[in-house]
Amino acid sequence: MIKNISNLGDAALYCDFGTEVNKEINRNVINYFNNLRDSNFLGITNITPSYNKLVISFDLKLTSYAKLKKQVENLDLKKNNNSKNNLIKIPVCCAEEFALDIKRLQKLLKINEAKIYETFFSKNYYCYMTGFIAGMPFLGDMDKSLFAKRLKTPRVKVPKNSIGITEQFCNIYTFESPGGWNIIGKTPVDIFDNKKNTEPNLINPGDTISFYPISKLEYEKKYE
Amino acid sequence: MKKNMNKNYFEVLRPGINSTFQDNGRNNFYHIGIPFSGAMDNRNFLLANTISNNRINNPVLEFAYQGPKLKYIGENISINVTGDVNFKIIRKNKNLEFSCYENIVLENNDCLDILSTNRSVYGYLSIGGTFEVDYYLNSCSTNTKAKIGANSGEKLETGQIIKLKNIKKFLPKNKIEYLNSKIENIRIIKGPHFDYFSKDAIGSFFSNEFNVTKLSDRMGIRLKGPKINNIKNTNIKSEGLVKGVIQITADGDPIIMLSDHGTIGGYPKIGVVISADYDKLVQIPPGSKIKFKEINLKDAETIFKLYEMKTQNLISNIK
Repeated sequence: MIKNISNLGDAALYCDFGTEVNKEINRNVINYFNNLRDSNFLGITNITPSYNKLVISFDLKLTSYAKLKKQVENLDLKKNNNSKNNLIKIPVCCAEEFALDIKRLQKLLKINEAKIYETFFSKNYYCYMTGFIAGMPFLGDMDKSLFAKRLKTPRVKVPKNSIGITEQFCNIYTFESPGGWNIIGKTPVDIFDNKKNTEPNLINPGDTISFYPISKLEYEKKYE
Repeated sequence: MKKNMNKNYFEVLRPGINSTFQDNGRNNFYHIGIPFSGAMDNRNFLLANTISNNRINNPVLEFAYQGPKLKYIGENISINVTGDVNFKIIRKNKNLEFSCYENIVLENNDCLDILSTNRSVYGYLSIGGTFEVDYYLNSCSTNTKAKIGANSGEKLETGQIIKLKNIKKFLPKNKIEYLNSKIENIRIIKGPHFDYFSKDAIGSFFSNEFNVTKLSDRMGIRLKGPKINNIKNTNIKSEGLVKGVIQITADGDPIIMLSDHGTIGGYPKIGVVISADYDKLVQIPPGSKIKFKEINLKDAETIFKLYEMKTQNLISNIK
């Protein structure tokens, strides 16, 4: 449930669901997000879910903080409105040239490469939020044995479609971008397709992701 | 007539520093990481389209600092430039000077040279007609980071052709007197992490001037001044941002989020610029100094109403 609603400037609501990061809190955030998208409240311009907050921005010409706050508080919340959420399978190629940080991770985590991948591929991951750059999913939770800090010095360019891990999270770089996550592989699937004019993002907040390994040969085939 | 639809065009002789097509921006995609975008200075965007008798969400060409130099080929067309902008038209080797905020007729082979914005950042070129541009998710606004919107998500480039359509044959000589006032005091509302900063840091934040650095663009304005000391945590769990949010980085420097900002961020938010000051804020060029002033939500809402009324008055005074 929302613990507190405050204003973020004069044209946004800041809904606080708590301070912890866990699926239960985030499912609540996503449930509100899905319900609000169906609500048609006047003036809403954007709704941004994150781990434990929901930011609702609005057009100050059409509504106001007080009006929209009341509507959100009185929202007829349909439970588990997660019909929009899917299970998505993502292939990952772990060839040496894509797994930029695997050697370092072996030393850091004191686990061998095979065990790192076995652990990584054995779990499903939940999408807490997407964003920062277009379509980038923030997924969790990693197995504790794979918790690793960010790179001390972020890379200037992480290749597009790289799979990165840091602490309890993993993500997919939807564009070539600077970044400090530990890169363990690459997917041939475009997670954000800027040619698609509807639903350009493959992964939405609340979706579940399962990664599976593919060979270099399969990777190249998928790219053709 | 249809056969001749693409006979009117601009050729880009010089692209300018950051020239992009913009409209009102795209709503409802923050949750997949796509920011609002749209014209930075909304008032000047609206005035440009109104002077051209266009629908208000028509695409305009936005430029920053130095604008583009465009050669025009086609039938006579009305254009106007808004902002605080120096520009000229070169017609048969003669330089012709014009003012902003009025319709000017461009003839075949004219060259429009948008030289610079004066002690400001953004200006707008609108035409009596429509730039033929691509739309993406209900908006033509170019976002160069996600490579979406008009011009394949890129800035203008030398040599490219900008096709025009729906050219209005007879356009009244619309005109308005408007002075772009400058501001130094930016009014803000307290952010959700106000208490992450010591009393001294808050005092210093409101009593000192900050320099607008060169690391400022459509994504944000980076400021340099006294370091703002954090007493709780320099990072938060990443959460949603809106335009106008002022984040304090781990180094203690403020960054103000602008229209192309990343949709989520992990730095504490000390405050948010009020909506009524946004158009003026984006026009403050690097090298300037700004100072923050705190106001409450109620006042911010009243000031916005007045600002909106002023914009509507300007629009209805165009003739």
